[in-house]
Amino acid sequence: MLFSDLLQETYFALSANKSRSVLTILGIVIGIGSVITMISIGQGAAKNIESNIESLGSNLLVVMPGSQRGIGTAVRGGMGSATTLTLADAQAIDDQVEYAEEVAPTTSSRKQVKTTQGTNTNTSIYGVDESYGRVKNITMEQGNFINNIQVRKVTKVAVVGPTTRDDLFGEGSNPIGQKIRIENLEFTIVGVTASKGGTGFGSSDDLIYIPISTIQRYLTGNDSVNNINIQVSEADLMTLAQDQITSLLLTRHKIADSLQADFNIMNQADILSTATSVTDTLTLLLGAIAGISLLVGGIGIMNMMLTTVTERTREIGLRKALGAKNNNISRQFLMESVALTFIGGVIGIIIGWLAAYAVTKFSGTTTSVTTFSILLAFGVSAAIGTIFGYYPARRAAKLNPIDALRYE
Amino acid sequence: MIKCENITKAYKTGEAEFEVLKQVSFEIKKGEFVAIIGPSGSGKSTLMHILGALDSPSSGKYFLDNQNILELSENQLAEVRSQKIGFVFQSFNLLSRATVLRNVQMPLIYDSKTPKDQRQQKAEQALNAVGLEKERWHHLSNQLSGGQMQRVAIARALVNEPDLILADEPTGNLDSKTGDIVLETFKELNKKKGHTIILITHERYVADHADRIIEIRDGRIISDKASNHDGLKIK
Repeated sequence: MLFSDLLQETYFALSANKSRSVLTILGIVIGIGSVITMISIGQGAAKNIESNIESLGSNLLVVMPGSQRGIGTAVRGGMGSATTLTLADAQAIDDQVEYAEEVAPTTSSRKQVKTTQGTNTNTSIYGVDESYGRVKNITMEQGNFINNIQVRKVTKVAVVGPTTRDDLFGEGSNPIGQKIRIENLEFTIVGVTASKGGTGFGSSDDLIYIPISTIQRYLTGNDSVNNINIQVSEADLMTLAQDQITSLLLTRHKIADSLQADFNIMNQADILSTATSVTDTLTLLLGAIAGISLLVGGIGIMNMMLTTVTERTREIGLRKALGAKNNNISRQFLMESVALTFIGGVIGIIIGWLAAYAVTKFSGTTTSVTTFSILLAFGVSAAIGTIFGYYPARRAAKLNPIDALRYE
Repeated sequence: MIKCENITKAYKTGEAEFEVLKQVSFEIKKGEFVAIIGPSGSGKSTLMHILGALDSPSSGKYFLDNQNILELSENQLAEVRSQKIGFVFQSFNLLSRATVLRNVQMPLIYDSKTPKDQRQQKAEQALNAVGLEKERWHHLSNQLSGGQMQRVAIARALVNEPDLILADEPTGNLDSKTGDIVLETFKELNKKKGHTIILITHERYVADHADRIIEIRDGRIISDKASNHDGLKIK
């Protein structure tokens, strides 16, 4: 039996019962389509998070205070409770770690902010210096970022995020030169940053930057910093730089055992992998839900094929009497189920793609249809055709020709 | 060409064993037109299944072209059916949604010896041999009359140029007039083209068309003699 004969027989068999074939294909279309859409949503979320993290700056190391250890006791405070990280540490890293290209210490605090017009908001105040803008790739919408002269002179100037500007002065207005009050201190606005996207807590659009010296003197009242952002010159040197910073800070803080360190160094790659593991789980979950509908579609195929085998018992008997071997028969039925899932798979991929596009268009959620998910869908649909078609095909092939010919 | 030696076929239903065929022996030569006649339950259908390599006997020997059919595997039996035997059934067994030509070509798709480009030609030859009008060839088989359907089925049995044509009650679903046409077709194929034909029936009138009649009853051959075509003369 030639392969072209097999295809022809399959075409005749499937077109002989159009409505049933179409309904069975529909089951697979829904299954494959939802797999493609769901996975694209998961992968879209992953891409979104990845690009968000990358937009924070590249080759970034963040030194954060660890838990403070009471002298002579074994009691450790909470993470970040130590106040031992200082501007001097940042300066030392800048001077002594050769791969540290930019060093940007920050101190932050959450405060109520008022304008002279009476509007107010509660937002994060970041004490930064000039290098912070370079490390975090901050671009300006209006005016300029904080510069080192302002830091040295402890001036009361502020750069606001676009969301904060909208809250305080109205959408799209130009607040440069306007005054804001933070804890009864008057700050002059010198710039507005460009939007980086992202909403909610920790958004890089809803905050106010002031010189780090100003925040330490007037708002926090001490010399400690919340974290030190360090840009390393090359991605390959991240680990080396991390090691150098660790040993430098251990020496400076007079700690012999690295396990007792009062600081933590976060690598951007670590943050990325944590975030990716979350989105991977999300993708898996969504994929599993869609997989169930695919399974149901597969059972639909098996159901149809079993019905077909029963209906065409006489035909099977006839074919055997005319010289068909068992594997001719089983191949014919297997081909029918594979054809159903194949057609369903192709249509499902197209529909899934369109659905993913629609999701992006109407809900704004990023989606991403990858080659991987298409290959996966193809593989799964072919496998389903084979697995769920196998049993009915075997059953057809094993029919006794005499019984099959007599079947009414 | 066909040689049966002591063929016995027994079915087991629970504890009881029931012998459908008991020690049946006969020979059929190439080019013969033989009718096997017997009432229902006589074992003639079982005999046809064995002759057609669809079933195997419980004991005994069956040689087709000097080949012992009992020694063959399932796939080899399929090969024998494909190469040497053409079946004609009482209920035609055509694929109803397929055209006449496609129905006739069906045995050829299981026959690796016929190249694809010769199938059409072979099918046309077979349809000419059974005398089906050319304008019907592209009709769907369910648009034909009973007599036409049975002639398509005979063409299908012929298309592979088998040594043996086995017809199981070929006129059973036809009125007597169309039945006669079908029987004439068989006679012609036997006389003019030399096909070996075995006709299985329970009607004496149908059997009388053959040259030799084997009568079977309760699983045994009770007579085996040349036909004097009596039934045809009375009519």
